[in-house]
Amino acid sequence: MASKTYCWALIDAIHEEMSRDETVVLLGEDVAEAGGAFGASRTLLESFGPRRVRDTPISEEIIVGLGVGAAMTGKRPIVEIMFMDFLGLCLDQIFNQAAKTHYIYSGAFKMPLVIRTSTAVEMGIGPHHSQLLESWLGHVPGLKVVMPSTPRDAKGLMKAAIRDDNPVVFIEHLAMHRVKEDIEDDDFVIPIGKADVKRKGRDVTVVATGLQVARALAAADELAKDGIEIEVIDPRTISPLDIDTIVESVKKTNRALVVTSSLKPFGFGSEVSAEITERAFFHLDAPVARLTPPFAPAPFGKKFDAWLNPNAESIAASVRSLLG
Amino acid sequence: MNDALHLYERMMLIRQCEEQLNDVFAKNLFPGYIHSYLGQEACAVGICAALNDDDYLMSNHRGRGHYLAKGMELRSMMAEMFGKETGIAGGRGGEMHAADPALGILGGNGIVGAGLPIGAGAAYTAQLNGKGQVAVVFFGEGASNNGSFGETMNLAAAWKLPLIMVCENNLYAEMTPFANTVAQPDVAMRAEGYGMPGEVVDGNDVLEVRKAAIRAVERARVGAGPTLLELKTYRWGGHFQGDPRKYRSREEEKAWMEKCPLKRYRAFMLEQDIDAGSIESIDLRLKTEVEEAIRLALAADEPRPETALDHVFAGEVA
Repeated sequence: MASKTYCWALIDAIHEEMSRDETVVLLGEDVAEAGGAFGASRTLLESFGPRRVRDTPISEEIIVGLGVGAAMTGKRPIVEIMFMDFLGLCLDQIFNQAAKTHYIYSGAFKMPLVIRTSTAVEMGIGPHHSQLLESWLGHVPGLKVVMPSTPRDAKGLMKAAIRDDNPVVFIEHLAMHRVKEDIEDDDFVIPIGKADVKRKGRDVTVVATGLQVARALAAADELAKDGIEIEVIDPRTISPLDIDTIVESVKKTNRALVVTSSLKPFGFGSEVSAEITERAFFHLDAPVARLTPPFAPAPFGKKFDAWLNPNAESIAASVRSLLG
Repeated sequence: MNDALHLYERMMLIRQCEEQLNDVFAKNLFPGYIHSYLGQEACAVGICAALNDDDYLMSNHRGRGHYLAKGMELRSMMAEMFGKETGIAGGRGGEMHAADPALGILGGNGIVGAGLPIGAGAAYTAQLNGKGQVAVVFFGEGASNNGSFGETMNLAAAWKLPLIMVCENNLYAEMTPFANTVAQPDVAMRAEGYGMPGEVVDGNDVLEVRKAAIRAVERARVGAGPTLLELKTYRWGGHFQGDPRKYRSREEEKAWMEKCPLKRYRAFMLEQDIDAGSIESIDLRLKTEVEEAIRLALAADEPRPETALDHVFAGEVA
């Protein structure tokens, strides 16, 4: 057992998988000599050499395309797109190529590709470096999308993503890179598609992702002082979504709140809300609520981020309002 | 079959497929569009003559010539064009998608330019494998104006990838003359700026294409890096079959058809004292083989609709 940051947990995961399987390679901007734009691939070049850990030009389409072609021909590439705000530059390779090749050719090619990317939501760095776009990606059949909220989950999910024969977009939260957690030394994976009940409760089901998980847990502590027990669920995987775990919880609590750092219209929260309504309508004592930033880009500066985004207080207030 | 006849045989196989498919289309028996390869046969055959089975090939939307030149089995390819259950992709890919991993054929594409980065990825695998494999990516001159072209040229050169970038310049980017969209109509000129060799080749001369391919492949196999080959050719048909071709004259088409790659190569073979009888017997055999492949494809079952849900994810067949 050792205390690890979210960032080092990810490095450890990639290091372990690259040691275990020589077909695993890491390609992207600044991943090799610089050790990652955010330090999240330090030591890997030194350990595995410049053929397997390779800096690319600032050419997002070919970064992902290299991964697609290498995955089709027997490698297990991890390709990095520094900020997910840059996904617009390589979406074709993600949603038409990576996600559909296995399907088009009836399984003739596997696509063991990890697209590693980051959201810098709430880092104050402005409209092109602050978005959480997991909802876009969740709309693509054939693509898996994971978004861990703790160091241990990050490590276990990264290892699972590398071993998966399908394309996985792995979303890291830069704002959590320095968060620490004790992680066992053994080889473990966390299955993709499995939600985690982070706290048990009976009164309201709170589905939270990414940064909002810790805030929901903080809200839970506050609410408990008043005798309100919320159940906090982190789906961990955006797609395929473990809706069963969420619906089971709602059948017990009869109320649900979804909290995300992504926007409300056509979003992840809308999907969870619709699924709950379709599957557990007669168990609901109140409409499913969504708590998200308002429908606007994020300007430069943390003052805006703090004002725009949900926090423990607003989560607690939403829970109280659900309880009427 | 000797080398000279083999080149002819592959070109004639493609010619028969394209002509007979056009007939099928004219009879309204083809389920979808046809992106005809008619007139470009020497490009695919000349390039693939320089390749081994374990070399990779990434095709595009006009891919039948590439598939057949690399050795894809005719009947299962044809059935795929008709979207039939017996197709090489189970009938789910259709006219723009066929692949055969055993022959390194990584598929076609419905997105112009999208194959270029994927071809580079296959070339990266070849480089990692260290066994002298190469990757070829076919694309049209239209794709050379896509961002993926520049990204691929640069990275392939910077990484010295064993990639042969084959631009089939058939003069028309869909329905727009290429010359109307560029100031420099020789795509090969762009190679120098990216630090790789670029060569303009007569794409209707299969021997010239093969020579250029051998040079590029040899360079790639020894680790010297990529080459851009621009094959000047002509798309006899429209962008798709039925396109009224208002953007060009019938005279221009006629002039290019005079430069027919098969006609030229047949004349060469006769000069080499290959007897006309063996050429004719190839023609007859292939005509029959393609007729039979089309007959089988038309007669084959459609995939069951519920199989549309299969293969969304690896390891999950409904």
